[in-house]
Amino acid sequence: MQTPEQNSFLDTPSAPVVRIIGVGDAGIAMLGALATPEFAGAEFVAINAAKDTAALAASSATVKIHLENKLFRGLGSDGDPERGRALAEEQFSTLKSACEGANVIFILAGLGSGAGSGISPVLAKAAHEAGALVLAFVTLPFAWEGRRETQAQTAVEQLKSAADGVICLPCQKFSKLIDENSTVIETFRMIGEFLIEGVRGVWLLLTRPGLIQVHFGDLCALIRDRHAENAFAFVEASGPGRAREVAEKILNHPLLDEGRALAESDAVLVSLTAGKDLTMAEINRVMESVKRQCGHAQIIMGAAADAGMKDKLCVTVIAARQNASVTSVTPRAESHGATSTAAHHHREPAISRQRKRAPGAKAVQGQLPLTIISKGRFDKSEPTLHRGEDLDIPTFIRRGVAMN
Amino acid sequence: MFDDSNIIAGLEIGTSKICVVVGEQNADGALNIIGLGQSRSRGVRKGEIINPEQVEEDLRAAIFEAEQMADVEIRSVYLGVSGGHIRGFNNRGVHPVVSADREISQDDVDDVVKNAKAINLPAENTVIHAVRQHFFVDGQDGVTQPVGMLGARLEVDMHVIHGHANRLQNIVRLVRATSLEVNDVVFNGIATALALLTNEQKELGALVIDIGGGTTEFVVYSDGVIRHSGVLAVGGDHISNDLAYGLKVPLTRAEKLKLEYGTALPTATAKGQTISITNDLGLELKRINHEHLQKIMSLRLEELFQLIAQDLEQAGLTDYLRAGVFICGGSSRVPGIVQLAENVFQMNVAPGHASAVSGLTTALDQPEFAAAIGLVKFGSLKNRRRAERPFFKGFIGRLLQRS
Repeated sequence: MQTPEQNSFLDTPSAPVVRIIGVGDAGIAMLGALATPEFAGAEFVAINAAKDTAALAASSATVKIHLENKLFRGLGSDGDPERGRALAEEQFSTLKSACEGANVIFILAGLGSGAGSGISPVLAKAAHEAGALVLAFVTLPFAWEGRRETQAQTAVEQLKSAADGVICLPCQKFSKLIDENSTVIETFRMIGEFLIEGVRGVWLLLTRPGLIQVHFGDLCALIRDRHAENAFAFVEASGPGRAREVAEKILNHPLLDEGRALAESDAVLVSLTAGKDLTMAEINRVMESVKRQCGHAQIIMGAAADAGMKDKLCVTVIAARQNASVTSVTPRAESHGATSTAAHHHREPAISRQRKRAPGAKAVQGQLPLTIISKGRFDKSEPTLHRGEDLDIPTFIRRGVAMN
Repeated sequence: MFDDSNIIAGLEIGTSKICVVVGEQNADGALNIIGLGQSRSRGVRKGEIINPEQVEEDLRAAIFEAEQMADVEIRSVYLGVSGGHIRGFNNRGVHPVVSADREISQDDVDDVVKNAKAINLPAENTVIHAVRQHFFVDGQDGVTQPVGMLGARLEVDMHVIHGHANRLQNIVRLVRATSLEVNDVVFNGIATALALLTNEQKELGALVIDIGGGTTEFVVYSDGVIRHSGVLAVGGDHISNDLAYGLKVPLTRAEKLKLEYGTALPTATAKGQTISITNDLGLELKRINHEHLQKIMSLRLEELFQLIAQDLEQAGLTDYLRAGVFICGGSSRVPGIVQLAENVFQMNVAPGHASAVSGLTTALDQPEFAAAIGLVKFGSLKNRRRAERPFFKGFIGRLLQRS
């Protein structure tokens, strides 16, 4: 069941080699924010297309890769994913060598513009070929970003077919969180922070020795083939009432739509990390409240103890939702060859719930049934319902017996 | 309420007809039907009142007719009720016997019955009947009279029939408004079963189906007690409505076609035949496919029986109906309905006759009157019990006296 890479990653006592790759300006910016002692074990790689971007230069990443093509005269992808893609495919071997030797690769990117949308899918493919497990954390642009939005959706689909898992964070979700006075910089920083929290949660999930282990496979199974919008949240609390506090925070988390995302999801992963003093009652408390909220969703849970956590309790929640209107399976083998066509077919799922609800959105006009069935004499009386059937409607109509 | 009168009247306000039956009880308690009255009912739909004024007018006409025929004055009636809101279910009450000698007293019986009646009904519902089925003493099944037995734990199974209080109250108020007293309110299904079934049939197990204009009531008896009851708000009106819709004719025309050409099973002779509808002058207005007419009717009636059969299947009663199925009500006049019911239930089906009483044969033979006759029978039983055992409590449903 497990690939050799997974085996070596999970079974080796030494820490797995995790490489975090930031792609494009946004990805590199996030990479910068990740450079904290917590991620000491990870290797950072920054990839960008344009040569003279300040982002790449300022990045603290250990490896900096700059994709360049003379034809583009140093302009990089220039906001066009096709150019980014062409660049990345041309330098496929460079990307692959950058991925060599890693067990797990996190790709951080802001989808929408040229570098993020164009390079990330190719990078994911390269990483996969280099023998690593690939998990992509991406932000999706705001709804009003126009062309970028559609580009991002295409990229998500491509990424999904290439990576083991994609976790998306639609920026649109933040539109209701930010107040009037937030500056653009603050907003982007906040979005970055949320994404990083997610990365951190997954990082903890995978690297800390688990009491109740969550395998990378579980995580991938959860997010693969699901709707583009995986809601995720990372919360932490400390002190004696930490379990209750964590449970409350989860249910009020803005990224989970105040818990509504859990109710609508059909698979939820919950991972708890705490110090050695983690009690069963605490796990129980958190899981109970999540479970109550989720209803019918499939729940995968994990718990890990980490001496370094002291009295902190961290919980990562990833909720995935299947979109009923989409054929659920994106066959990987097939879409490897034909990612772009597949992407067009699957553009629909990526329309986020937020957008559907957005004010001013055009209401979809439903179709009336072809024939109007009159109840004649019983039109105005209370319907006679029996096991979901309205017995006032003539039997021959309900049974579909043709009269002609 | 009863005075010394031995005149008992049963009133059924149906969807298509209002029926009044007057009976006379002689000193031995034997019942004789002496009069009946009926009138068209216009203010009722699916067994429930939609226009009180019209109902009152029709009711007066029916009462008047019955009084004329029986040559008595009707002062009080037993009122039959129906409607889709009425439900029946079985409930068990438990009571520990606490007396020192472990002998079960009448008080214990009263307590256990009270416990069985304490059920979670919706707030707006009220119990129409709570009928004892049988007792268990320390788990011993089938005890009918536990008083005097020894035991530690007394249980009772009850069949509880309940309905929407306001809707029941509406009909009671309406009858009272015509200066008639309502002695008791009885579920039509129970009344019909009383009229049709003999004690032997109740013992063997029987299903009674009363297909009225707007509702169909069904009741199952076995081992001498009521096991199951229910109402489907489907009746003859639905057949007419289906025909009106399917044949594209007005409802009144559909009603006529139903009475004239209707059958419960499609007949071979109707195949390819047409019926022409003519106007007053005899000119042809429309031709109707006879086969379609039969098919529409047949499907509706078949479905109705299937729904009942399903319900009994779920209640696990299908194997207990050794006396078979009895059909009555206005819609049981449809030719071939017995055959159709036999096909669905796969057991003996007979049209019901009010065999349990004597008197006017014109009344007893009409399936529409079964419920009203049953109401009179109910009244006579109540009178007799009263005379024999004045302290008897419980068997008969509680009188609705809330107004």
